[in-house]
Amino acid sequence: MSALPDTRSSSDFTQERFAAHLANRSDLPAWWLEAKKTAWNQYLALPLPVRTDERWRFSNLKGIDLAGFVLPGQPAPHTPHLPDFPRVAELTFSNRQITNRTPLPAELREQGVIFAPLDEALREHGDLVRRYFRKHPVALGSEKFVELNTAFCSTGALLYVPRGVEIALPFVVEHTLAGDHMATFPHTLVILEDQAKATLVEFFVSTETETAHFVSGVNDLHAAAGAYLTYVGVQHWSDATQAFQSNSIAAGRDARVFSLNLHLGGRQARHESHSRLLAPGAHSEMLALTVAHGTQEFDQRTLQTHAAPHTSSNLLYKNVLLDQARTIFSGLIVVEPDAQKTDAYQSNRNLMLSAAAEANSLPGLEIEANDVRCTHGATTARIDPDQQFYLEARGITPQHAHELLVFGFFEEILDKLTDDHLHAALTRFIQSKFKS
Amino acid sequence: MPDLAATTLPEAPDAPANPVAGIDQTKGDFTYDVNYEFDAGTGLTENTVRYISTVKKEEPWLLEFRLKALKTFLEKPMPTHWATKDLDNINFDKIRYYLSQGQKPKRTWDEVPDDIKKTFERLGIPEQERKFLAGVEAQFDSEAAYSNIKEIVAKQGVIFVNSTEGLREHPELFRKFFGKVIPTGDNKFSALNSAVFSGGSFIYVPKGVKVAQPLQAYFRINAENFGQFERTLIIADEGAEVTYMEGCTAPKFSTSTLHSAVVELVALKGAKIQYITVQNWANNVFNLVTKRGVAHEEATIKWIDCNIGSRLTMKYPGVVLKGRKARGEVISIALANDGQHQDTGAKMIHAADETTSNIVAKSISVGQGRSTYRGVVHIPKHLKGCKNNTECDALLINTNSRTDTYPAITVRGDANSVQHEASVSKVSEEQIFYMQQRGLTEAQAMSLSVNGFVNDLASQFPMEYSVELKRLIDLEMEGSVG
Repeated sequence: MSALPDTRSSSDFTQERFAAHLANRSDLPAWWLEAKKTAWNQYLALPLPVRTDERWRFSNLKGIDLAGFVLPGQPAPHTPHLPDFPRVAELTFSNRQITNRTPLPAELREQGVIFAPLDEALREHGDLVRRYFRKHPVALGSEKFVELNTAFCSTGALLYVPRGVEIALPFVVEHTLAGDHMATFPHTLVILEDQAKATLVEFFVSTETETAHFVSGVNDLHAAAGAYLTYVGVQHWSDATQAFQSNSIAAGRDARVFSLNLHLGGRQARHESHSRLLAPGAHSEMLALTVAHGTQEFDQRTLQTHAAPHTSSNLLYKNVLLDQARTIFSGLIVVEPDAQKTDAYQSNRNLMLSAAAEANSLPGLEIEANDVRCTHGATTARIDPDQQFYLEARGITPQHAHELLVFGFFEEILDKLTDDHLHAALTRFIQSKFKS
Repeated sequence: MPDLAATTLPEAPDAPANPVAGIDQTKGDFTYDVNYEFDAGTGLTENTVRYISTVKKEEPWLLEFRLKALKTFLEKPMPTHWATKDLDNINFDKIRYYLSQGQKPKRTWDEVPDDIKKTFERLGIPEQERKFLAGVEAQFDSEAAYSNIKEIVAKQGVIFVNSTEGLREHPELFRKFFGKVIPTGDNKFSALNSAVFSGGSFIYVPKGVKVAQPLQAYFRINAENFGQFERTLIIADEGAEVTYMEGCTAPKFSTSTLHSAVVELVALKGAKIQYITVQNWANNVFNLVTKRGVAHEEATIKWIDCNIGSRLTMKYPGVVLKGRKARGEVISIALANDGQHQDTGAKMIHAADETTSNIVAKSISVGQGRSTYRGVVHIPKHLKGCKNNTECDALLINTNSRTDTYPAITVRGDANSVQHEASVSKVSEEQIFYMQQRGLTEAQAMSLSVNGFVNDLASQFPMEYSVELKRLIDLEMEGSVG
């Protein structure tokens, strides 16, 4: 990493800085440097989001501003962590530098499992990365920021699990940002071969709550035939962060992909997630839980593409809104012609805890096959006064009753986690955030 | 299909020929030669607008209004960033914007010129009028050829005339509400209508008057390359009640036809307006209609919207719930057959406390037909006790049929509740099997099943329309299976 002056007036997203970024990576494969150049040019060519783009309906476009953001030079002095839970291995990045790495158990190494930082993976398993990197592009509106991610990404991880290897404990990747006007571009690939099983937990966090950050993250999640992939993303950037995250999920024959995203931080956080059900028997479970407070805006765009018959997907996005927070959920189920026997569900539930919060719901369907079962639902309401009364009638204080009901609203999502330790850790984490 | 903005009609060039193409158009598929005295020619310029305004002997303010609207129309882009690209196939330069035999409708059928009268006789309008209607207006291309209201209703002070007469005879009422519910710049097609509108109904129901029988308008397109732009304004004064029904047909020409109406409803305190549409245009008609009502305190506006015909319909009846406890309802049935796209839906804009709205939309896609639901529900933050319920159900008949649902729901604050549900399914095989077991053919069974799917909505129609709807569904379903 070259030493960069900390200047507010101009951002690092210039031709010179990009050239410097490339120059520092001459040891990486040529195809990768070429891909970065292409991405940089794409980034320059693509316009910023415009009001007439349906994919940005209801979004605050004025809030998107890259001016003054720079790539950090030094790692943060300390790193916040998630509550502890058993894990198989972890990678920690702080200000785009790897600061901690626990070794992979020898047994897994021998089985051919790879868990490496992105740059190392590019050097040692370049072909593998090349095969899966942005293999199934997500085009839900943030393409410009995805290109910027490719141009500047250096952190992130590759998790590769060979055929038939099942790993019960989760892998953990942590990304930390510290310092004002810092930017980062994490990119993680999870590749599960046939019948493999693994869990990856990713944690995005700022060390301070008020510093402005810019983040564009991308994930490629691949589950081959019969594989079972669990991905958990916990986003807790500072309340002054502009965050973009774009996740691509691909499920092969009889594969299951379970993804759960917790959204807590950011001034303006946009999360795009595209599931592709590519072969019969594929299933994608898409879950999200958002706690929006202050003047935060959470903007979630999803797409469930059923490209083969006998596939299923289930989406449940829950938002809790406090203060003047805004949420946008825009989801679409696409059933392609001939994807008969599709079973798809999509649901957005908004719990309003403030008179000034705003929830926008755009649940969409595009169905081109007739023998399908597709439903969606969206509800927006406050705490049910009857339930509150029921608890209070049994001697529970109004404050505690309210809390119980809100946590109950979260539980429907968290309960779907099969790892009890992870479930407990996330529950503790989200409750502590909600209480503070 | 990752690009959400790009919505195109499904293409299936090698699909087998549709066995039922155009079957529902048989009733309206005829045309008679008519000599038009007034013809604004082809294409749209300022002169077209001036011509229309001159032959209608309009006041200067209205000409100015029209010219401003034309400017707005020309400035506004096509909404193809969210709507179907099929809109680009409308050639505004090839359309005839005004055709009529005169501006004054006749009060008796005997006075209506024979060449026009035989059209409406063939469509059964005079007969229906005798049987169950309080008043009828029959529009032939640009102007009403016939307009009459039963004496007993007229004596109560109910006004039912066409828009030209309304402007001329009741300017104070007309101007007060005209263009207030749907401003010129609402969308490209409301601007177009504002520039070249002609025909449509003007209705005023005085305080407390409840019109027992429905008023009906029938819109007929007779000429090729024609654009029909009627403008309807209905005002129900405090405590008044009225039901308005509209029907429409056109012959099936080889070129496309444009129908772009603007309908404004105003329900003052405690009033009730029910507006029923059975749209059965030929399947080369672009039907791009803006319909909206304002419901004041404790008033109810109910749109019953049934779309069977047209090539492309884009219509989202709306209610602005302006007064406390106002209620808005949209009941929508759409049937899309081969070559048709029914892009319909509803808008509910809550603007007062304790307002409630209900949307029930059912669509049926047959063959390569495509049906789309689009909805907007908006509840701002200072309101309390607002409720919305939305249900969208889609039925897909054939393997290549298509349906889309795009609702948009905005809720602010914690004192309101909204629920939306949608489902997509096909006709139950068990049901079909059960009926075939009992001797019905597959087509009959399918027809029954589809009629069952819309039955709870169809039963809210007046009897005559409900029967007509059932018959149309039977026709559409003929030969759609097997």
